[in-house]
Amino acid sequence: MVSISHILLLSTALFFIGMYGLFTRRNMIAMLMSIELILNSININFVAFNKYLWPGRLDGIFFTIFIITIAAAEAAIAIAIIINLYRSQLSIDAEDATELKY
Amino acid sequence: MNYAQFTALLLLLPLASFTVLGIWGRKYIRQASGIIGTTVLLVITALSLYAAYSYFLVDGQTNGTYQPIIALQLPWLQFGYQQLSIDMGILLDPISVMMLVVISVVSLMVHIFSLGYMKDEERYSTYFAFLSLFTFSMLGLVISVNIFQIYMFWELVGVSSYLLIGFFFTKPSAVAASKKAFIVTRFADLGFLIGILILGIQCGTLDFMSIIERLTNPQSEAYIGMTSTGFLGLSSLTWALILVFMGGAGKSAMFPLHIWLPDAMEGPTPVSALIHAATMVVAGVYLVARLFPVFQLDEIAQNIVAWTGATSALFAAIIATTQTDIKRVLAYSTMSQIGYMMFALGVSGYGGEAGLGFTASMFHLFTHAFFKSLLFLGAGAVIHYAHSNDMLHMGGLRKYMPVTHATFLLACLAIAGVPPLSGFFSKEEILLAAWQGNKAIYFIALGTAGLTAFYMFRLYFMIFWQRDKHYHSDHGEAPFSMKLPLLVLGALTVGTGFIPFAQWVSSDGKPFETALHLDFSAAPIAMVVAGIGLAYSFYRKENDKPARLSAALGSLYRSAYNKFYIDELYLFVTHKIIFRFIGRPAAWADRNLVDGTVNGLATSTENAAGAIKGWQSGKVQHYALYFFGGVLVLAFLFIYLWK
Repeated sequence: MVSISHILLLSTALFFIGMYGLFTRRNMIAMLMSIELILNSININFVAFNKYLWPGRLDGIFFTIFIITIAAAEAAIAIAIIINLYRSQLSIDAEDATELKY
Repeated sequence: MNYAQFTALLLLLPLASFTVLGIWGRKYIRQASGIIGTTVLLVITALSLYAAYSYFLVDGQTNGTYQPIIALQLPWLQFGYQQLSIDMGILLDPISVMMLVVISVVSLMVHIFSLGYMKDEERYSTYFAFLSLFTFSMLGLVISVNIFQIYMFWELVGVSSYLLIGFFFTKPSAVAASKKAFIVTRFADLGFLIGILILGIQCGTLDFMSIIERLTNPQSEAYIGMTSTGFLGLSSLTWALILVFMGGAGKSAMFPLHIWLPDAMEGPTPVSALIHAATMVVAGVYLVARLFPVFQLDEIAQNIVAWTGATSALFAAIIATTQTDIKRVLAYSTMSQIGYMMFALGVSGYGGEAGLGFTASMFHLFTHAFFKSLLFLGAGAVIHYAHSNDMLHMGGLRKYMPVTHATFLLACLAIAGVPPLSGFFSKEEILLAAWQGNKAIYFIALGTAGLTAFYMFRLYFMIFWQRDKHYHSDHGEAPFSMKLPLLVLGALTVGTGFIPFAQWVSSDGKPFETALHLDFSAAPIAMVVAGIGLAYSFYRKENDKPARLSAALGSLYRSAYNKFYIDELYLFVTHKIIFRFIGRPAAWADRNLVDGTVNGLATSTENAAGAIKGWQSGKVQHYALYFFGGVLVLAFLFIYLWK
């Protein structure tokens, strides 16, 4: 039987994997992917809470779909930024974009 | 005819002419600008004469008294609830209408003269634009209904005077002179402004008519308030009048604020004729005359006016006998004659025969404007011919310049006070008023009359007689445009003395009769004859009498020649005392305290920024880490501390 704590463990693991990736990778695409992992861990939480705590309602599922939509939009914008960055810096390394540093 | 319409035109026309000539004159209508300016002035002169005709002869009088007419009044600034309202308007009364005529006629003559005199100037159209500006400001000054309005136009004439003195701005001396004129008169105007404020606060109005009405009524709140409060032993009424008079003294070049007038002669000569002889410099006299019903209430203020005038008259006449620059002699003579007008006001009583001094002062203002501008324009013609300002370089000019010679002689006789020229009548009235009012001032004035005759004829003989100098002039005496004003002003110099002035202008508006007293006139005429005779024996032909006399007088002559060192005194006070003991500490405070505070703020901001700028590393991950840390802290707060 899969209990809610299993699912929360999974989502927590996923969240920190995403966090680790975000903090350690310098490649911006990898960072973007890590952010997707974080978002998905949240989605899992929403679905799990909806199913185990308020089975008769749909709010958690709505939120999940909402977040997926936002994540798609965010990915599109982020990739556009990355492409522009690549055009000007010839690199997608986050450390190379230092033009606006003090 | 409706006064509001045509008196408003008096102001709008020169303003329009100034705008048009100022904006488009240089590029598009350079040649026509002189004609445009002169035509506008011709219209203004016609309007002024019409105003004088309809005021004095048709509808100025009610029950035998000339009443002021408010031709136009527009509310302009209103402070508080019905407390203080500053109105702009047009006031016609005997003195303002008389001034309208003086200003427009002299200005017209100067415009015509300038057509020839300034013909070859690069900034010909600018010059006419400035003349229009001056005419506008001066007309606005005399028709003011309100002491604040007069102050605004007062400053405007100051600006136009500044612009015209510095017209030849490539000459450093002209620049210095224009600055000096502006600063000295501004300094005097500071007093004027404070005086206006005191009057305004105490009377609750700035309107001339209301001020006079309230202050001449001893029961009124304003009068009681002004006479019961005081400072340093003088009542606030006295203070207000003295301060207002200080502004007038600055503008009218009264001792000791006269230092700008001789230097102002750096401007073009027609400008000196208009501004520094006939119109602007009498603004101070006009101001005192405008507030005369109030001045005559206060003995101290009136004595100050009288003694300042008398001192200036004598002081300037003494200096004038030693100067050799034509225009400077005329400048000191102007100062001396304005001194006459001032002390005439100072010794005058109010109403009827007692107000003789007031009438005499205005009469002298009127006649002096014509003969003094004639003298200046004549001097302009002489300078035009001889290419020099210094009368040591001149002599024998009567053969080359017959018209100038004849008119100049007329003006010299008039200013000296030889009957039956206009100056005789007005000066005679002033002397009579002084005799009735204050004997000491009468004797000063009598001595000054002799000196006046002496220095004017010294000037006349040195220019037009004596030995011929070499003139390398490639033109004749002067073009017609320069001779015409001389002839017109010459005719006015002869004719204006016969105007029954007391019929029209008097302190309370009621006409009275003046008569010549032959026995009284004997002493002044004797002084004048002595002065002319002395000048004749000294300067008719070159001889060593002047040199011997000046050597005999020694230090007195030297100090008069150096204008009694007043300029040096001012320089000493400003440079050595004010600059050193006030300017330097103020500069130190500015640099160290004021700038120090601002700079200190900037420096500490910069240091703080330097300390924390490392936080903005430019690494996205750092920002994400800070963000995550922040979320953790908030989560902690929400979970454990937010009950």
